[in-house]
Formats: sequence, C-alpha cells, structure tokens
Amino acid sequence: MNNTNTQYETVVGMEIHVELSTTTKMFCRCPVPTLTDKPNTRTCPVCLGLPGALPFPNTKAIDSCIQIGLALNCTVNKDSFFERKNYFYPDLAKGFQTSQFLHPFGEKGYLDIKLNGATKRIGITRVHMEEDTGKLSHATVDGKEVSLIDFNRSGVPLVEIVTEPDIRSGEEAKIFLTELQKIIRYLGVSDAAMEKGHMRLEPNISLRPVGQKTLAKYKVEVKNINSFVYVDKAIQFEEKRHKELLDKGKVPVQETRGWNEFKSKTVSQRSKEEAHDYRYFPEPDIPPISVTSEQLSVIRKSIPELPEAKAKRFVTEFGLSEYNAEILTREANLAKYFEEAVAVAKEHNIDGKTVANWIINKKPNIEELLPASLVKIIVEQSTVERFDETKLEETIKQILEKNPTQVADYKAGKIQLLGFFIGQTKQALPNAKDTEQIRNLISKMLE
Amino acid sequence: MSDIQNLTIVDIIEGYKKKTFSVSEIVDSYLERIEKLNPKLNAFITVDSENAKRKALEFDNREITNPLHGVPFGIKDMFLTKGVRTTAASNVLRDYIPAYNATVIDRLETAGAISLGKLNHDAWAHGSSGENSDFGNTLNPWNTEFVPGGSSSGSSASVAASLIPFATGTDTGGSIRLPASFTNTVGLKPTYGLVSRYGVISMASSLDSIGHFSKTVVDSARILNITAGADGYDATLRQAQGEQEDYTVKIGNDIKGLKIGVPKEYVDKGLSSDVKAVFESSLKSLQKLGAEIVDISLPHTDEGIAVYYIVQPSEVSSNLARYDGIRFGNDRSFFGKEAKRRIMLGTFTLSSGYYDAYYKKAMQVRTLIKQDFDEAYKKVDVIVSPVSPTPPWKFGEKMNDPLAMYLSDALTVTINLAGVPGLAVPAGFSPNKLPIGIQFVGPHFSESLLFQVGHAFEQETKFYKDLPKI
Repeated sequence: MNNTNTQYETVVGMEIHVELSTTTKMFCRCPVPTLTDKPNTRTCPVCLGLPGALPFPNTKAIDSCIQIGLALNCTVNKDSFFERKNYFYPDLAKGFQTSQFLHPFGEKGYLDIKLNGATKRIGITRVHMEEDTGKLSHATVDGKEVSLIDFNRSGVPLVEIVTEPDIRSGEEAKIFLTELQKIIRYLGVSDAAMEKGHMRLEPNISLRPVGQKTLAKYKVEVKNINSFVYVDKAIQFEEKRHKELLDKGKVPVQETRGWNEFKSKTVSQRSKEEAHDYRYFPEPDIPPISVTSEQLSVIRKSIPELPEAKAKRFVTEFGLSEYNAEILTREANLAKYFEEAVAVAKEHNIDGKTVANWIINKKPNIEELLPASLVKIIVEQSTVERFDETKLEETIKQILEKNPTQVADYKAGKIQLLGFFIGQTKQALPNAKDTEQIRNLISKMLE
Repeated sequence: MSDIQNLTIVDIIEGYKKKTFSVSEIVDSYLERIEKLNPKLNAFITVDSENAKRKALEFDNREITNPLHGVPFGIKDMFLTKGVRTTAASNVLRDYIPAYNATVIDRLETAGAISLGKLNHDAWAHGSSGENSDFGNTLNPWNTEFVPGGSSSGSSASVAASLIPFATGTDTGGSIRLPASFTNTVGLKPTYGLVSRYGVISMASSLDSIGHFSKTVVDSARILNITAGADGYDATLRQAQGEQEDYTVKIGNDIKGLKIGVPKEYVDKGLSSDVKAVFESSLKSLQKLGAEIVDISLPHTDEGIAVYYIVQPSEVSSNLARYDGIRFGNDRSFFGKEAKRRIMLGTFTLSSGYYDAYYKKAMQVRTLIKQDFDEAYKKVDVIVSPVSPTPPWKFGEKMNDPLAMYLSDALTVTINLAGVPGLAVPAGFSPNKLPIGIQFVGPHFSESLLFQVGHAFEQETKFYKDLPKI
C-alpha cells in the first residue's frame, strides 16, 4: 500500500533528566563532583554500591524535585516513596537504580509555551526523583582495549521530567525546552548547563496521519541529546525518515536511536521490541516519604516569580513591550538587575521603559556595573541632553543657514543628506553624543 | 587463669575491676579455647588473634571507663570489618577485605569490645541450620551430630561453647532466635528500626534485624545499650528522641500481674512433644513468678511462611545484584544453590504480570500480620511461644527438602514481618539433652520489658548455668 499523498502529523513526547546542583549526592554525603575531579575521587561505600552500604536520602534534593513539580503545575503526591528499578549495567553500582515509579513527587502538570503568538499547553506527565549512574568510557590501556568506570557521577541527584505526547515539531520542542531550562534556572535547583550534561534530552517520536486521534503503534526514542538544536534536528531527521518508510507502507521499527552530531543523523542503538522488565518494587531501605501541608506550603513559598509571570508583570507594571519583557526575563539575575535599577531610577523621574531600553541596547556588564551606577549614567546622559537642547537648536540653525544648497536638495528628496547635517552638528558640538536626538531635531527643523 | 566457661560480660568487667585477671589473660584464654575447640566446631571462619592480642595489651594499661572494656566477642561474617576479611560465608566474597566497619562494629569497639574474629553462618544468612555455608558446617556443642541452628550458626555455637562471651548476629526470619534456642544461649532480635544495618550485608532489607547472642539477659541488655540508636546512615532507624534509653533499668523488677499471651496458632498444632513439654513447664514457671497466662490468637500466623518466602526472596534477588564480580569478589557462578534458588524465586515474584499476585498481595497480608500483633497487645503485655517447633535436628535431615527447612521458621518469621522485638531464652532440654528455647515477643521498642521478663524467667529456671560438655 503505497500512498505518498498521506499528510502526517509529528507526535513527540520528551523525557528530560536534570542533574540537581545540591552540595551532596542523593543518598550519601559525597560532594557532587565537578568535571575536573579525577575519576573515582568523589565516592564512598554508598555510591560505590559496596556490600552493606545503605541509602540516606538528601532532603534538599527532594525539596528541589517538588519545587520543579510545583513550577510545572503538577499535583504533588503527599504520600510518595522510592522504588528500585532493577537492571544490570556495569555503570550501575548496586544492580538497581533508586528511582520512583508508582507515585512520583509530581504528576499531571503542564507548561504553557508561546508558539507563533499563541499559547500552547504542553502536558507534564510526571516529575520524579532518582539518582545518576557512573560513567563508562572505552580506552586502550597498555595496548589492551578496556572499559573504564568512573563512579564520581554515581548517585548525583537527578530529576526526570516526562511530558505528554503534545509536541508537534522540532521547533516546538526547542521552545518548550528553552522555557523549561529558564524555569529550572529561576528555581536555582540546577545550573542546567547543557555542555556539562546537567540536562539530558530524549525525544520520543512517531508520525500519524493528520486527523488520527490515537497514537501511532510505534515510537522511536532518541537518547541522551545534550542540545536543544540537536533535539530539533533529530526530530526533523526522524520525521523525514518515518515519512519515507510510512509512504512505502512500512512501519518504522520501535527502537532506541542515538544522535550523531558529526553526521547530523540518528543511528540505531538497540531495538525495543520487548519491553524491559525492571521489576520495580518499593525501596525497603528508605521509609515512605510523606509531604505534609506545612512542608508543601514552605516549598511553595520558596518558589520565586517565574519567567512567564514576571514578563507579564513587566508589561503591565512598566509598560514594556512583550518582546522587551521577554528579553529581560530570560535570566533571573538580569530581571532582578532591571527591577533594582527601576527602583533607583524612579527617584530621578526616569521610567522603566527608559531603563529597559538602556539595558537592552547598551548591554551593560551587570556583573560589574551596579544598578544604581547604571541609573547614575542614565541620569547624567539625560541631563547633558536636556542642557544642550537649546544650544543644539541654535547650532543646527546656523549650520542650515550656512548650507542652503544642501537644504534645498534635502527638501527635494535627497534625504541621505541628513547624515551630512548630523556630521556638521557633531563637529561643531563634540559633546553632543546622542545621534538620535540630533537626528530628530534636524528632521523637525527641516520640515 | 580460672575457668572461663561460666564467664558473662558482667563477670569479666568485675574481674578486671578486682584485678582477678587482666585483659590479655582473658583474651589469651579465649584464644586458646578457640584454638582447641574450633577445629571440632568450625564456628570461626577467620580468627583474628594478632589484632586481639595487640588490643588486649593496650587495654591492660587503660583505666576501666568503657562499658565493654576489653570484653572479647565474635562477629557474624555478615558484618563488615575494615581490613579484616568478610565473606558472607560465600565463595563469592571468599577473599573480600572491606574498606569500612559496620556501625555496630564501630560502636562495640568504641565501647571497648575486642573482636576475636569472624563467625560462620549459612551463606548470605540463607538457612536455618548453618548447612548452607561455603565454609563447612558448624557443629552444635551440645551434640555434634546435630545442627546448631541457623543462619547464625557460628555465633550460637561459639557462645554456647564459651569460645567468646558474646557474638553479633542478624535475624531476618529467625536467624538469631532459632540458633539461640538450639544452643541454650540468649538471642535478641531487636525491633526493626532500633539497631543500624549499615555495614551489615543486606539479606532482606525490610526484615533484617541486627542483634546478638549472650549467656545471660543482663549481658544482652548491656550490648543493646551500645548498639541501639540512629547513626545517620540507616534511614529506617527511629530518630532519637531525647536521651538514649538504658535497657537494663527494668531488669530485677518482678513480673507479678503481667499479662503474657500464648497464641493458639503457635501451640495448638505442629509442636514436637519435647518442645511442648518444655513450653508447658515454662508457662508454669511464669505463673509461679506471678504472671497471668492469657490465651490469644494471631489469626494470620498460617500465612506467615508464605508471605515471608515472597517478600524475603524478592528483596534478596535485588540485594544480591551488586555481586557481579566486576569491582570486587568473584562472579555470580560462585553463588551456592540456596542463593540461586532465592534469586530465581525473587526475580519471578517481582516480574511484571506476577508482581500483583505475589509481592503486592504478600505486602497486603503483611499488614494484616502486623495488625494481629497490634490487636494482641491491647490484651496482653508480652507474647510467649516456642522458638522452633522441634529441637535441633541431625545434619542432612532437611537439606534435600527446602520446604521442610523453611517450615522450621514458622514460629519466628511473623515476628520479623511485624517488625516487633523477640528475645529467645533457654527453657530446658529434650530427654537426649538438646537445648530448647522459648521467645518473648513484645510491642515495637519494648526491649526493656522483654529483658525484665526474660531475666525473671532466667533467674527462676537457671538453665543458662548448664554448659555443654565438650
């Protein structure tokens, strides 16, 4: 059955792993390692899975996981517990991963994203707490091919976020992930630095005929992508690949694929025809965790204003354009800088809009320049301009009088002569630096 | 040097204070006895005489301030000991040298106790007779043709034969109480959540209780004073509330008017005539002491073994996954028959499609078993029962019938499933002089009460004074 005319719809659900930036690991007191730590130096009996070692949960990490759940509008399970996910892999010290299955800390949430000017809701299936594994590398040592295991990463707190299959394109996935990353950084629970592997991304992709409501009978998972751009590209690559197969009447194989960034394509890793049996059961070494209403309200209060709400407020409170408000809320510290500057600027009768324009156009180094210092500069510059206004008009008047030919040409339509007048003015008044102001004034006087 | 056979911890500390003997003399005497008798009993896997002698010398010149100053002891080989081989009595860990100490070992040594070595047991604590050890059988000092009980076979045999005055043990389904009852020793299985499991090789995490063997109830309480309490490593421990309890405080109080329950499900059927006779005379002793014997029911007792043999192998199958031979120990082909059996059972009961019918159902029945105990303690203060339906059996009798072996735990496993404490004390002998014990079982965290009752019974009956002729 070949039918190249069928129109398909892309269906994507994302699995995102976020490494938390806690001081210590999930179930032991080892410091969370940095990338420069020598292999196997940030380990102890617990994260090495030695005989007799037991997990002792990091409550800070659990709070962070619940924060993420709340920020993604999830219902928080007040009675939750850890479970063991049993499988064998050399980087898995205990032979099981301590994770959550039946009752994740957060579930049934959503995240609204902006898509072509409209709002689209992406469902969040679950947000659960687990631990990272060690890292395998393959090397040649003394002429022998060997596999090496570094357990520094073993036991680092990991939050897994799973979305509903609500994403319809690579571009959409990218927008969703950017928004999610912003939220995680706002919460301060992870640096979410892609290059450091703090966020690992796995799209599950399938295609179905437009109009079909049910999910396709297959899905392809692309594992461990570490950039939003590659997620976009991988989805686009899979879309094309699936369409070609479907057009030939074939069904793409349900499998796990990897993203090869050098070849810009996905490659088959293992087929998943038979589902893994992880033999989940409640982790007997950790008592069930109940989140009381009091705890929950403390965690809720600890969540800062999130980027979307902040941008909306910037529009209504300071009259910013949506575009500028979005730019200023991309990073929590920039938004904070802006608001601090606005507070100071208010005393000098300078409005939020002016401050926003300054920050966006002049891009001051917010690490070095204090908000108050920035306002001081704005005030000075503004004062200079106001002071010069009369003098400027006088000077321009003289220049226009001196150059009647050019004035006539300009009025005849040779508007590029405006540049000439600006140049003349600046020459006459080296202190007049605001080109915009000069340009406006000349245009007005030439009307 | 006087005869050390009768010495208790209390006697040893007393002797040090009176300078009757020195720590070195005591340690040497026990080491000599081990040298003489261990070849016959096979209670030790590793004897650590060098370390012990060195420590004894240090203690000789030290003021007696620690509660277990210079008291020798033995360690079940499930407990990790830094720098000293720890085998789990399995070929998988035949040459494994741990990098850290179990919490309990740290605490006992900080309190002054001196380890004389590591004790034999069923490999991975799987068994009721000691016969599953990859290091050979431990023999019962009362009659070497009979099993000393398991899994803590080396612990029970060595305390009974006075190779050491006390030993550590683990009790997942009866592994302390059963061997204690087979060797005329005192065995404590504390409340789940009272003593840290950190550094003890896990068998079944939700059932494992860390306890000990001693000659008397007072000694048992003294040891618990050292081992009990949160350590920041075992998340299932009860968090400390105020001062650490002194478990000896009620010892010496009479038990007049105390209500002691006898569950009909434990005694109405299945008991051998020898056990029945001993138990009935035990009840008479308790009545003589002024206790009131009350008939009670624990209706879900019959389901105990079934629930236990689903929950326990499930957890075992997962806990043994780390022994893959990649980083330490030998590979999985070194597991013995019983471990393989439990790994397969547990893997099956946790599999998708079977989980609901087995593991989930078992956990639901486990809740009912717990409720049985809660209900019972509304009527009585303590429960008493035999520990084993039979006296010790002969080697080989049950080795080809795993189910018969499993059923020997019928009177102990429900206590682990409920998480309550149990204290096994000597209660008499069969006509052919094989030890028979009884157990006192109390509500959660009622160890002080158990010691009170156990001590009263012990002082009334004085079976602990009987020593095996070996």
